[in-house]
Amino acid sequence: MNPFLATVRRDVLLAMRRKSEVLTAVFFFVIVTSLFPLGIGPEPVLLKKIAPGILWVAALLATLLGLPRLFAADHGDGTLEQMVLSPSPLGLLVAGKILAHWLLCGLPLVLLAPVLGLQFDLDASALGVLTLALLLGTPLLSLIGAIGAALTLGVRGGGVLLALLVLPLYIPALIFGAGAVEAHIAGLDVGGHLSLLAAMLVLAAFFAPWATTAGLRIALE
Amino acid sequence: MLNVSGLACSRGERRLFADVGFSLSPGEWLHVQGENGSGKTSLMRLLVGLSPADAGSILWRDEPTPSAEFRRDLIYLGHHAAVKEDLTPLENLRLAAALDGIALDERAALAALIRLGLRGREELPVRVLSAGQKRRVLLARLLTRPAILWVLDEAFNALDVAAVKLLGDLIAEHLANRGMAVLTSHQPLPVPGGKTLTL
Repeated sequence: MNPFLATVRRDVLLAMRRKSEVLTAVFFFVIVTSLFPLGIGPEPVLLKKIAPGILWVAALLATLLGLPRLFAADHGDGTLEQMVLSPSPLGLLVAGKILAHWLLCGLPLVLLAPVLGLQFDLDASALGVLTLALLLGTPLLSLIGAIGAALTLGVRGGGVLLALLVLPLYIPALIFGAGAVEAHIAGLDVGGHLSLLAAMLVLAAFFAPWATTAGLRIALE
Repeated sequence: MLNVSGLACSRGERRLFADVGFSLSPGEWLHVQGENGSGKTSLMRLLVGLSPADAGSILWRDEPTPSAEFRRDLIYLGHHAAVKEDLTPLENLRLAAALDGIALDERAALAALIRLGLRGREELPVRVLSAGQKRRVLLARLLTRPAILWVLDEAFNALDVAAVKLLGDLIAEHLANRGMAVLTSHQPLPVPGGKTLTL
């Protein structure tokens, strides 16, 4: 089997054996996005206006929730050492881990977003744009997050440091992701926003595994 | 094949060792000895390329390490269990092989586990196994992963008498097949011959 696919399979299998870790991030996303309509009350105009921002910020935080564990378990039990010493290129294995993280954390958010968007009185086409923007944006969050997770690996209190390190880097994704939905609601063209998100995704897919690999090597020294 | 010369390592201000050198040819093994904290594990980590040396060179087939060829020829088993507690021994072994890009069929993996005395345990999650059995799961990789250089750090820890003898036999077989091994251990090893390096 291809080492890349083997890593994806391994991480998905491990997550299935310990479902609570996956479900935590998903429930966090559901609860946080549900709190706002409950707190603000039935004001469709206001809710519709804040919906893209709320959903995107909740997606950022939900992604962040699982990031410290991305490499910590493998680091703790020594399997990360074995990956570094494996004949397979480490970048390939790291890319597999990032894809598995997206499948387990990002993809559920994308699939849930249209349902949760209904609470904010978004219409069908706006929900479509939201889902598409999240589909392009959440892999970007996993890719950038992996760099932060590698750099803070083994650091005491690494979780807070990780948030401080990664959240500023999420700002472009937030601006263009939420901006796409806002533009659609305002009746503007969303092609520009989505193209920029896609461009950032391609750039991150190319550089993030490499940067993460460098971070992991430093962490293991 | 393996030539190490002038190796030095320090941790913070403290110099652990300096000017360590040795060479190994096919069929030879090295026993690294030393007190607790003398730098045995640090030497092993330098040797496999997990951490950089302060000075010195490590040559594998006359090429500086770590190279892709070196990683293909190397297997390193350290202090860590390096097995996933939530997976079964069989899954652990097969996924570890897949990550290394080696196709390992179920029969070969089972045979390795049985040789290590884990018959009947192959479908249990590793977390219910004892420390010695977890170690055996890890050692099964020696059989499933074709490598020339075995670097084993305290490989005899947590093993019972039968397993110590078994691992000794595995190492002896490996050496007879023109393999090489570098080991650390505080106990006398049941493998004849070999060079000794005292830190």
